[in-house]
Amino acid sequence: MVVFQYDKSFEGLLCAVFEAYDKKKYPESLISQEQIVPLLTREVFAIETQTEKFLRVLTLLKNKMSVMELNRLNAVWLSEIENSDFLLFQYIKYAIDSKFEHSANFGHPVVLEIHKIAKKVSKEVHAWQQFVRFQKSKDEIYFAPVHPVYNSLPLVIPHFKDRFSSQQWILYDLKRNYGFYYDLSEVHPMVLEGSGEHLRTGFVDEEMLHPDEKLFQELWKKYHTSVSIKERINLKLQKQYMPKRYWKFLTEKQ
Amino acid sequence: MVNENLINKLATLSESAKYDVSCSSSGVTRKSKSGDIGSASGWGICHSYTEDGRCVSLLKVLLTNYCIYDCAYCINRKSNDIKRAAFSVKELVNLTLEFYKRNYIEGLFLSSGIIKNPDHTMERMVRVIKELRTIHRYNGYIHMKSIPGASKELVYQAGLYADRLSVNIEIPSEKNLKYLAPEKDHASVFTPMKYIQNGVTEYKEERKKSKSVSKFTPAGQSTQMIIGATNETDQDILRVSSVLYLQSSMRRVYYSGFIPVNPGDTRLPAIRQAPLVRENRLYQADWLMRFYQFSSEEILDDVNPNLDLEIDPKLSWALRHPEYFPVDINICDYHLLLRVPGIGVKSAKLILASRRFGLLDTYQLKKIGVSMKRAKFFMVCRDYRGLNVNSSSPEYIRSLLVKKTPRSVASNQMSLLFSE
Repeated sequence: MVVFQYDKSFEGLLCAVFEAYDKKKYPESLISQEQIVPLLTREVFAIETQTEKFLRVLTLLKNKMSVMELNRLNAVWLSEIENSDFLLFQYIKYAIDSKFEHSANFGHPVVLEIHKIAKKVSKEVHAWQQFVRFQKSKDEIYFAPVHPVYNSLPLVIPHFKDRFSSQQWILYDLKRNYGFYYDLSEVHPMVLEGSGEHLRTGFVDEEMLHPDEKLFQELWKKYHTSVSIKERINLKLQKQYMPKRYWKFLTEKQ
Repeated sequence: MVNENLINKLATLSESAKYDVSCSSSGVTRKSKSGDIGSASGWGICHSYTEDGRCVSLLKVLLTNYCIYDCAYCINRKSNDIKRAAFSVKELVNLTLEFYKRNYIEGLFLSSGIIKNPDHTMERMVRVIKELRTIHRYNGYIHMKSIPGASKELVYQAGLYADRLSVNIEIPSEKNLKYLAPEKDHASVFTPMKYIQNGVTEYKEERKKSKSVSKFTPAGQSTQMIIGATNETDQDILRVSSVLYLQSSMRRVYYSGFIPVNPGDTRLPAIRQAPLVRENRLYQADWLMRFYQFSSEEILDDVNPNLDLEIDPKLSWALRHPEYFPVDINICDYHLLLRVPGIGVKSAKLILASRRFGLLDTYQLKKIGVSMKRAKFFMVCRDYRGLNVNSSSPEYIRSLLVKKTPRSVASNQMSLLFSE
């Protein structure tokens, strides 16, 4: 078995593609430098991440693939699913080798798997568009916590930037401890320092809240219960559309 | 105290509005301009789901639930003794914006009881959405009810600010509508619908000349029918829908299973549970008409005027027409592919795209998302040529597909079967 060792960065992955074609050795497994080399390994190659090689592969991919396809690969990368990097490697190899349009061959297991993972990620992106609830603070910043399974927050940002362009907001990934702040003109990545209550629970302290905030939370909760039709209660359906893992920060579910 | 008041008002006026089914926020894409509030996304976004499993994407409220009409099926009718309230324009505008900024909602769904006369009511509603759009530069979604009997000028004004306008038919046949809602007739429903349709076509023509002309109800119009309150068959209902869909601006017809909100009224049937299965089958049939290239005559005919509650309408059609099957997945055209039970629009498109690379087999079809459990009786592919509806009999296939799951009393109890 041929094994490649790389630094688990996207740049590194593309360098691995470069090296594979350069050496004409195609790995059957991609591991990080710290990981233990699997049994029955014949050859191990340590891949060095070099900007020049990365850019060459990137240019090739940009020529070979549509924007949609590249976005799909980006989503699969952000999924952080185990072995998704090797799947990406296989896909890129398939794309480079095939002489025809390749992205629509859903009969091919790698193509289909890539589509499926990208779908999962984009589903989560959509879920954040649905289930993010902003809390307005005293200094007029709208704060919302998220806790994504996949690292999907960067993919949601364009939507929020477009929609809430007239207010300052923070979207914060509590799991990975980083977020984005919009200052009415640009979006900046950020890491919140300290150990504020909102970093642990996701809810802004009461004394930090805008005086009107509680009222609108109450109004929303009231609205949410009063539009439900008692004759048609169907909790299973509710959970199907709004999975329970999103309830944690939903204002109406507190 | 003021807060208490507002909370109660919202409860009353949303309670009164909840029987309107439509909650879609799709059909219009509007990018935000800097400094404006909000945007509209073409697919629509549902922000929450209530305990009955329905989506909440819009703030669905009545401007007021006072009403001068007395419709038998409506909770807000004149003769009902319920709490009444009314929003001021300012209150409602503010509420919409604050909800919107917190990402609670996708926009506003504005309806109203009729006060004084249709025009007076409609004028107040238009003031709300006009203020949102022009003063607050709000770009989110707006769905507004067009009041039956309102004048053409007001409908045209509303169409400039709203993304979608709707007029509810409520009862599919005119005879029954008049019986249940003495103040209404089909003319009062179809006239505003025609105004909206005309508005859409006129503004489309104008836009061809100059791009600066604004769009008229870019998300078209929708309507709603109550199911099970009167004696119309599914065939009657689908016929009305298919006629409505001939209008290019009609995007959706909603079906609302009848809920007896006024139990004392003898004109309406006394039922315990809303006809949910029937409602579901009607939506499936509606889908077939809109996305699967079926016509209403194909779905139902005079021999079968009602939809089969046990199986879905597409399967039911396929069982009535074994002569079309089995189809070869690797050869047949899109139109026929859509007619195979177990294959949806998505998988049909994936099949079309993938079979150019090679003949598909059952494993690949399963991976693509085809429900082979049903599809296998209606198709052949590279490695499958089994029992099908044509070589066997439709009755037999039906018996295999209809689920026979006796409802057990408690699943953790052993069931003892005694043969008779």
